[in-house]
Amino acid sequence: MLFTDLLEETYFAISANKTRSGLTILGIVIGIGSVIALVSAGQGATGSVQTSIESMGSNLITVTPGFQRSFSQVSAGRGSAQTLTMEDSNAILQEVLFVQAISPELSRRYQAVSKGKNTNTQVVGTVASYPSVRNVEIDQGSFISEQNVRSQSKVAVLGPTVRDDLFGEMVNPVGETIRINGINFKVIGLTKSKGGTVFGSQDDMIFIPITTAQRFLAGSDYVSTISVQVESSQAMAQVKTALTNLLLQRHNIASAETADFSVLSQEDILGAASSITNTMTILLAAIAGISLLVGGIGIMNMMMTTVTERTREIGLRKAIGAKRLDINLQFLAEAVMLTFFGGMVGMILGSGLAYAITLFTGMATKISLFSIILAVSVSAGIGIAFGYWPAQKAAKLNPIEALRYE
Amino acid sequence: MIEVKNITRAYKSGEVETNVLKGISFSIKEGEFVAIIGPSGSGKSTLMHILGCLDAPTSGQYLFEGKDVSRLSDDELADIRKRKIGFVFQAFNLLPRTTVLRNVMLPLAYANVSKDKREEIAKESLLSAGLEEKHFYHLSNQLSGGEMQRVAIARALANDPAIIFADEPTGNLDSKTGELVMETFRKLNEQGRIVVLITHEKYIAEKAKRRIYLKDGEIIEDIINHH
Repeated sequence: MLFTDLLEETYFAISANKTRSGLTILGIVIGIGSVIALVSAGQGATGSVQTSIESMGSNLITVTPGFQRSFSQVSAGRGSAQTLTMEDSNAILQEVLFVQAISPELSRRYQAVSKGKNTNTQVVGTVASYPSVRNVEIDQGSFISEQNVRSQSKVAVLGPTVRDDLFGEMVNPVGETIRINGINFKVIGLTKSKGGTVFGSQDDMIFIPITTAQRFLAGSDYVSTISVQVESSQAMAQVKTALTNLLLQRHNIASAETADFSVLSQEDILGAASSITNTMTILLAAIAGISLLVGGIGIMNMMMTTVTERTREIGLRKAIGAKRLDINLQFLAEAVMLTFFGGMVGMILGSGLAYAITLFTGMATKISLFSIILAVSVSAGIGIAFGYWPAQKAAKLNPIEALRYE
Repeated sequence: MIEVKNITRAYKSGEVETNVLKGISFSIKEGEFVAIIGPSGSGKSTLMHILGCLDAPTSGQYLFEGKDVSRLSDDELADIRKRKIGFVFQAFNLLPRTTVLRNVMLPLAYANVSKDKREEIAKESLLSAGLEEKHFYHLSNQLSGGEMQRVAIARALANDPAIIFADEPTGNLDSKTGELVMETFRKLNEQGRIVVLITHEKYIAEKAKRRIYLKDGEIIEDIINHH
């Protein structure tokens, strides 16, 4: 039998019972559609998490204080120690190779007050290199200068959310005065919006010179984070090691296990985050896969019914010279054509669904060529897997018994 | 042309073995028109299945054009059916919701005849089976019994077989239509084809040139009809 004959026969057989074929195909449509939609959502989430992590700055290493250990061995929790200082920060910049810029920070939450309005926000004491290290851009005015840091100026740069809360949207706050913890600060700049990240909004912040924060707000000279920008991604591991050794030496600590600080590179965060989102994607795909499996069983069920219904026809085909392979291929082709149609429609439906998710929830989705190829080949594969048994059953029928079948 | 030598066929159901055919020997030559007649349960259908290469004998030899076919595999038998044998069944066995022409072209598809030739051959077959041209594009289930049987005969003719086997071809037809169908078989035989007819009705069997009477799996009589 020619291949075109096979296609023609298959088309006739499927269109002979449109309702049943349609309902069976629907199972595959839903299966493939949900696989594509959910995998797209998962991959979209992975993508947006990556983007938001990368938006914090590129080739970034952050150093944070570790546990505060007292003599009684009571731990006050990670990050509680006040062991990192401006001197540590300066030493890293001077002694570690491949460090491009460094930005020590001292941040804490305070109540900020303007004329009649107030908000509780993160106040970040930092230096002039902060914008380049953390990828922050200035919208209006200017960022804190080195001069501001040296002279402990009472100046502040607002994040857009803080500006909205204290002055209202679209207002230029430069030149206004705000009060933080009862101290007047002059607003000299406004940062551009970066949007929220998994680690909190980067827009809901006030930046002041770190020296001012240490002297007037915290009353001590420790820093809560040191952000280190490395020259190239290849030097990340080297810088991480050199920096850890330097701080261990400076803090007189013998081994890295008892260090009173922790060093985290952006790659670590990225790795952890993508492993979470990948797990989520796999989970979603698995759930959708179950519906695909159910759809496949629907195909098998229909093919079984078809073979039984058409027993006499199979008998006749054998009587006029059809071989086992001819019968086998005919029913296999029917199953594959059903699932292939289902896969195609499911692909369109799934892509539409992914688009709708983005449109209505704003959640990022990403339809990859990979997931489309996967879906189509999986649907054809399901046709073969679930059509195989019924086709075998048909091919093995004894022609005499098949012809007599009532 | 075909020859059976002492063939038997036994069916096993559980422990009980039933001998349907008990050593049958005869031969059919070119141009013969044979009716195999017998009451139900005589083994005539089983005999036709073996002669038609749908089934293999339990023992004995079956020579088809001088070649022993009694031990061939399913697919090898299918090949002989495809090239040499045409079947006409009591229940017509046409594909439902399919046009007359497509039904007749089906064996040609399995024989890998090129698509443009199929329609031509199918139309010729339908005409020699006596179906009017206006029915060619009707669906098979829209035809009368007599017309359906003519389509079935045309389908059996499509691959230009050496032998046509007809299993109770008039069983589902009224006597007048039955006569017409028998007339068609007679014409086909005159064109030089072997026709083997299975029937339980004597008046049908008498229309053939030769009559083989079967009872309880054995040949009781084998006579030439004199018309």
